[in-house]
Amino acid sequence: MFAYIIRRVLQMIPTIFGVMLLLFILFNWVGGDPSYILAGKSMNATTLANIRAQLGLDKSQFAQFLIFVKQVATLNFGISWSNQQPVSSILAARVGPSVTLTGFIMLVSTVLSISMASLVAYVRGSLTDRMVTLICTTAMSVSALVYIIAGQFWLAHKLGWFPVLGWGDSFAKNLVTYLPLPVLLGVIVSLAPDLRFYRSCFVEEMNHDYVRTARAKGLSEPKIMLKHVMRNALIPVVTSIMMSLPYLLVGALLLETFFAIPGMGREVIMAVDKSDFPVIKAITIYIAILTMIFNLLADIVYKLIDPRVQLK
Amino acid sequence: MSEPLVSIQNLRVAFRMEDGEPFEAIKGISFDIPKNRTVALVGESGSGKSVTSMAILRLLPSNAEFGAESKILFEGKDLLQEDPHALRKVRGGNIAMIFQEPMTSLNPVFTVGDQIMETLMLHMGMGRRAARQKAISLLTECGLPEPERRVDRYPHELSGGQQQRVMIAMAIACEPKLLIADEPTTALDVTIQKQILKLVADLQKARGMSVLFITHDLDVVGEFAHEAVVMREGEIREHSEIRKIFESPQDNYTKALIKCRPHLGRRPQRLAVIDDFMQGTPYKEPPHRPRGYSHGDEIILDVQGLHKTFFSREGLFGKRAFDAVKDVSFKLAKGKTLGIVGESGSGKTTVGLTLMRLHEATAGKAFFNGKDILSMTPKEFKAYKRRIQIVFQNPYASLNPRFTVQDILTEPMMLHGIGSGAQERRRLAADLADRVGLSSNALSKYPHEFSGGQRQRIAIARCLTMKPDILICDESVSALDVSVQAQVLNLLQDLQDEFRLSYLFISHDLSVVKHISDQVMVMHEGVLVEQADSDVIYANPQHDYTRELLASIPRGWPRDSFNAEGALAEA
Repeated sequence: MFAYIIRRVLQMIPTIFGVMLLLFILFNWVGGDPSYILAGKSMNATTLANIRAQLGLDKSQFAQFLIFVKQVATLNFGISWSNQQPVSSILAARVGPSVTLTGFIMLVSTVLSISMASLVAYVRGSLTDRMVTLICTTAMSVSALVYIIAGQFWLAHKLGWFPVLGWGDSFAKNLVTYLPLPVLLGVIVSLAPDLRFYRSCFVEEMNHDYVRTARAKGLSEPKIMLKHVMRNALIPVVTSIMMSLPYLLVGALLLETFFAIPGMGREVIMAVDKSDFPVIKAITIYIAILTMIFNLLADIVYKLIDPRVQLK
Repeated sequence: MSEPLVSIQNLRVAFRMEDGEPFEAIKGISFDIPKNRTVALVGESGSGKSVTSMAILRLLPSNAEFGAESKILFEGKDLLQEDPHALRKVRGGNIAMIFQEPMTSLNPVFTVGDQIMETLMLHMGMGRRAARQKAISLLTECGLPEPERRVDRYPHELSGGQQQRVMIAMAIACEPKLLIADEPTTALDVTIQKQILKLVADLQKARGMSVLFITHDLDVVGEFAHEAVVMREGEIREHSEIRKIFESPQDNYTKALIKCRPHLGRRPQRLAVIDDFMQGTPYKEPPHRPRGYSHGDEIILDVQGLHKTFFSREGLFGKRAFDAVKDVSFKLAKGKTLGIVGESGSGKTTVGLTLMRLHEATAGKAFFNGKDILSMTPKEFKAYKRRIQIVFQNPYASLNPRFTVQDILTEPMMLHGIGSGAQERRRLAADLADRVGLSSNALSKYPHEFSGGQRQRIAIARCLTMKPDILICDESVSALDVSVQAQVLNLLQDLQDEFRLSYLFISHDLSVVKHISDQVMVMHEGVLVEQADSDVIYANPQHDYTRELLASIPRGWPRDSFNAEGALAEA
């Protein structure tokens, strides 16, 4: 187990190097020159050269890449090009709202979808099951934008149950006032696909031979479902949850934009818009690292749920 | 006779199919299971034997419907009328069941101890500590080595035989009056099968319980069942004492079942098939076929020092080597059959796959008509590829489900440039389909529309399209019913006689290997322990392991020097 973790962590180094190379190439050869954007209307050769010297863009490509490597190694991505603040302090301010929003969405929708999926799987083939599947498929084919706009219009504007948008400084106020509507909408959007996937995990497990053995033992159906089927069905479910955890950080881009929540999603959009390379670099690298860490965690959790898994 | 333990009366089971039509699987059968006796329920796939056994515990899927007059009386109560609560008391308590695949029948994420304890705590109201002690003593009783350690193991950490012992321990935990065993040894090796059969027979005697033993192979139950019920297509063909079933079977189907299984003692030119008996004319066994290599035989494949090592990772940088095949040498003669027998893990399948170059050999040579095919470049080997073909065990998984039979048969011809055009290839495919006994409309169908035996015919026809010299049959008849097995064995024999094919016949079934092979080699843990002409090796085995294998073969009805109890007691 220990040897396995060491090996996996060592394997992360070339992966992160690949991500850096790709990011660097994309930004330097494909993306535009940020100095033009920053210079704005007062553009002339001198200001451009000044800006380039300030940003380090006059150095050779190799030297620029070396600086990038150093930044990743120290996790210090320097100063934002667009507003001159340290990248770390920008991200620190943005991560809170994002994690609060997506964390709640993920928590509520996971609990709801797993419990609903097990119930629907239990009555599989019945009218309820078929209706739920039908509703899920219909719900999945409607764009998330529609839910957001309809929610803001009917629930907030017309009925006045929630504020239309906004975000405060106090956690308690956010939790009670600003969070409920975006969380509700986020849950509605992710519930349908999750429910359908988890239902199929449960149904597949219920056709296994060991379920027949459990029945032959004299166990009741709820007990079979909750003890024997649940733990096996959770194996693919946990993987899918683990894979989505890195997105906690990125936040829900659409929700943050529509509800004016100052989270990471919005920050990413603005950074791309302004070619703010340090911010983009930082976010991309953090997501890459988190994805790898959560993948490793997923494999370890796998091993805990399923004793057959061998970590090699 | 006293009151029977279970009385099945006029049992009818129909399955509602997707198109709404009912399919009648059991057509009104009646039989009793007496106390303290073992009843064998014998039949082939589709006979309804498993449906009958599942019906007793009402474990059938929800689309099953019972006939209005059907009754399954257990201690005076009709199990078909019991409410779910009362039924759950019977399940695992008074009537317990073990299944064919111990690996999938145990829950993979709980320890075997937990699974046994669950039954004890449910029916006997035991606490965890007491249940654990009881579980260990049950595992001891069922002959699991080191039960204190293994009680905390997960199912996948045990071998197939050990898993089945765990299943049995779980089943007998609450002192059931009836144990239903649904083909419990079909998935196991022959030596393990014998141990499990002995265990079931011993437990039956020691505990005075009744056993309903479901099997497709009469030979398996001959040594310990008291009576047998022979089923076919949802009806009972014959029900009598086991002695009568073997010595004087009344029904033609029973006679056929006994005759179509290859036997160690005889080797007819052609095995009997069910149709030989069902027409009513008396069956006359064809003359025997002599077998063996002779001096003038042309050697088509000469394998020398074949070695195969697999590597798996261990620790941070470590690598563990596992020798699957160790220094194996043999010769295969033109138009003859070389049988390879051994248990799971013996390396017999690896030998076949290495010769096909589906695995890279670690060392060794294989001379095909004088040329070493193992050292050839892939390009040189291409010409030889077509000449060695393989028929796999699982006729369900080894044919592409999206291809019609015609596609399956013409694709290899296209790859190897056989036949001058699509027209001719289709004609060749039709000829071959006819040759292996498929009807003319089979070509446009897909594999799932065929039965297991027919699919194996398709797989054989597919090999024949490439006009091979050598056919590797890797457990090709193991998954088939005995009657279908006889048909496929007859087909293989006919094809060998007609095309002078050489067979490498890999199987764990020693009777089948004896029937079809000229020479037999016995493998054990990657090593070739013994090799000789098939009559010689069976009559006079030299190696201890060969003797052990031979002693494990189910003998059917032990009519001569054996008596029923003596035979199993030797195991």
